Amino acid sequence: MTETTDATLRETSLAALHRELGARMVPFAGYAMPVQYRDGIMAEHRHTRAAAGLFDVSHMGQAQLRGPDYATVAAALETVTPGDFQNLAPGRMRYSLLMTPEGTIVDDIMVARPAGKAGETGLDIVFNAARVAVDEAFVGTHLPTSVRLELPPHRAMLALQGPKAIDVMLRHAAVGEMRFMDTLATTFDGIPVAVTRSGYTGEDGFEIYLAAADAEAIARTLLAEPEVRPIGLGARDSLRLEAGLPLYGHDIDETTTPVEADLAFAISPRRRAAADFPGAARILDELQNGTRRKRVGLRIDGKLPAREGAAILDDGGAAVGKVTSGGFGPTVDAPVAMGYVDAAHAALGVSVAIDVRGRTLATTVSPMPFVAHRYRRRSAG
Amino acid sequence: MTGYTKDHEWIAAGAGEATVGISHYAQDQLGDVVFVELPQVGKKLKKGDVAAVVESVKAASEVYSPITGEVIAVNDTLTGDPALVNRSPEADGWFMRLRVSDPKELDGLMDEAAYKSFVDTI
Repeated sequence: MTETTDATLRETSLAALHRELGARMVPFAGYAMPVQYRDGIMAEHRHTRAAAGLFDVSHMGQAQLRGPDYATVAAALETVTPGDFQNLAPGRMRYSLLMTPEGTIVDDIMVARPAGKAGETGLDIVFNAARVAVDEAFVGTHLPTSVRLELPPHRAMLALQGPKAIDVMLRHAAVGEMRFMDTLATTFDGIPVAVTRSGYTGEDGFEIYLAAADAEAIARTLLAEPEVRPIGLGARDSLRLEAGLPLYGHDIDETTTPVEADLAFAISPRRRAAADFPGAARILDELQNGTRRKRVGLRIDGKLPAREGAAILDDGGAAVGKVTSGGFGPTVDAPVAMGYVDAAHAALGVSVAIDVRGRTLATTVSPMPFVAHRYRRRSAG
Repeated sequence: MTGYTKDHEWIAAGAGEATVGISHYAQDQLGDVVFVELPQVGKKLKKGDVAAVVESVKAASEVYSPITGEVIAVNDTLTGDPALVNRSPEADGWFMRLRVSDPKELDGLMDEAAYKSFVDTI
């Protein structure tokens, strides 16, 4: 419960603005980041679902993979992921996974193929903040000499999330033609930016990639719009939990596989057929024969939240799993969690219990997301 | 008189009984309270024992008993309206009432002015 003023923490280019807005700053992935502003997590969460929330996500790693031609770059990324990047269209992005040769997860990443010239020779990647150094080294060791991974300095990243995000963005940038998982190099009030229609809240919204020097002006412009409030990491976590989205280091890590983590959608049909991705033998076996454990959604009776680390029990009181993320879902208005359970208890509707300080909370294995995604997709499905 | 602890509990004592809750500063730091786990009436608490747990959207936090005593009442209103802790931490949002075992333990508490100075140093 103490304020952190650790001098070793890095700051984003919006640090002064956060403080001006009354943010409570906490250490996160080596950065001092706002966990909440004056409104508080509950109000910030609800505002994002009702209107539009502005998040500083400048701590995330923005990388560029560049090479002599697109096919060479796509092939290089495919050696460390199960994604189909050879067939990624210019102007589109994909969720993917960096994977070890054992088929476990090094990081979950977003990969965009820029439209125009940059998309002829490269891909843009967003790494999780806490994994930037690991990812850079890991990808680096797998690249042919003609392909380079670069992390340009002095970058910033903003996320504008919520049903009103589109209305706000249209006043400043020509993003009207964009749909979910599109990427566009454009301008925001004349300032060059890259925009993707994506995010980590389950809501429609945008992520804006820009020079650090331009971030404060654009953030202030967005905050001056009547629909927009600043939102901290606290609400970002409760929003992504309700959206059923895994958080690296909690719900997925180098001990979990995509099949266990219910992320098999990230393994493209082409790569499955070719069995040419990292850990393919194990992963294809898991897809065929199942896994010993599975990441599932957990709805808890009552109001007491279960947190990361809480034991999941069967009706005889034997441990069958563990909570990896949990808390109170402001939109669900109830505690929600995700975690791994033994395959025998992973089916939807199965009754389990979660131990919280000796209390056993009645819990049901439940579908995720807990709050329906409201992405604006280009096509059905 | 009302005394405060360094762990941000308050205690209002009189006539062998004392009411315990958390300070305005504590509720502000915790953020939106979504659940309060209160002790059983009749439970005997030693000074420093975990008396209650406050769950906010963010995290679970323990509340310690500022003195030794037996729980003689708990604020059941918090079960249905945990956010009362945020709205009225030092009045309607009280946690529990204790029968005081050793009134001398009350002497070691900070008064309101001392607590305010303490909070300013955090």
